[in-house]
Amino acid sequence: MYDLIIVGAGPAGITAAIYASRKAMDFLVITKDIGGQAALSGDVENYTGYQFITGPELAVKFEEHLNKFNIKLKENEEVIEVKKRGDFISVESDKGAYEARSVIVASGKRARELNVPGEKEFKNRGLTYCATCDAPLFKGKTVAVIGGGNSALDAGLQLIKIAKHTYVVNITAGLGGDAVMREKVLMSKDITVLDNARTMEIIGDKMVNGIRIKKEGKEEVLAVEGVFVEIGLIPNSEAVKDVLKNELGEIKVNCSNETNIPGIFAAGDVTDVPEKQIIIAAGEGSKATLSVFRYLAQQRFQ
Amino acid sequence: MAKNVKIYSTPACPYCQKAKLFLSELNVPYEDVDVSLDSQAAEEMIQKSSQMGVPVLDIEGQIIVGFDKERIKRALGL
Repeated sequence: MYDLIIVGAGPAGITAAIYASRKAMDFLVITKDIGGQAALSGDVENYTGYQFITGPELAVKFEEHLNKFNIKLKENEEVIEVKKRGDFISVESDKGAYEARSVIVASGKRARELNVPGEKEFKNRGLTYCATCDAPLFKGKTVAVIGGGNSALDAGLQLIKIAKHTYVVNITAGLGGDAVMREKVLMSKDITVLDNARTMEIIGDKMVNGIRIKKEGKEEVLAVEGVFVEIGLIPNSEAVKDVLKNELGEIKVNCSNETNIPGIFAAGDVTDVPEKQIIIAAGEGSKATLSVFRYLAQQRFQ
Repeated sequence: MAKNVKIYSTPACPYCQKAKLFLSELNVPYEDVDVSLDSQAAEEMIQKSSQMGVPVLDIEGQIIVGFDKERIKRALGL
């Protein structure tokens, strides 16, 4: 039985772990990867102390800081259930089962999927969720970006320099996102924006060769060899049972990072904390551990 | 005898950077192929892995897609 299990090792989970080490708690970190979404970010210019650092570099700094402490870390392990049972919390993963007096859920967010036929089959066969990673492979090809917000605009702008032509397939009536980026996209002759267009199916043979879209009631097929899905993020909160979540699936927490279940705490992007920023996630992680520390101390007096 | 390790990567891909850092930590020499500059190598990577995501590691003919520490270690015989 651990004092604490931390689920996730992005900015929130790593900071929570650093604080837990310094409080000499007996704890375990279970995570799919280290760095979380920070490792996938582009340039970071608003993390105090770093005037400029890239997301992956900042994630490496976090990891180095974490490794300074001798912590118990289970990497490449996915938590599938967090549930309160009596006065302890059980944590089940794809590789084992654990028990703790408290848990901090810091599992972050992941890319939202389209949920259309062909999406799973063609993932990494022309369909990708990471434009930053994979865009260079589509040199001279015609591609589609699905989405209409900032991440879709960002992908579109990255692709101007690489692809032959880019369609932006936007389900709403007009593009969202920042005005500056939107203007650049709308001005580019290498990008065609399709508003009111719903993506119906990803088609292909071995690799993607088209998408079927529905625009104003009419279906058509766009011949593309690449599909960049940029339709936002969803919280990794499904595994956490019985806690209250908002309509987005984010775990509801109070200002001490407590959920409605005593002993289950949450921090960072998986929660309903108002802003999603690396520095906020890190701060929330530290706050969560300090709350856990207080909670455990109170439990012992009972 | 050191194994022949090749990594197909793109410059901005975080998992490529992590994979390269991991190989360096293990003191494993590797050849880094930037598929954003070398379209022939990009084609070679797609042939070998039948997919288009980076990174792809070729460790003595064993193809590993993505950054998977355990599989990399196993392929290296560590």
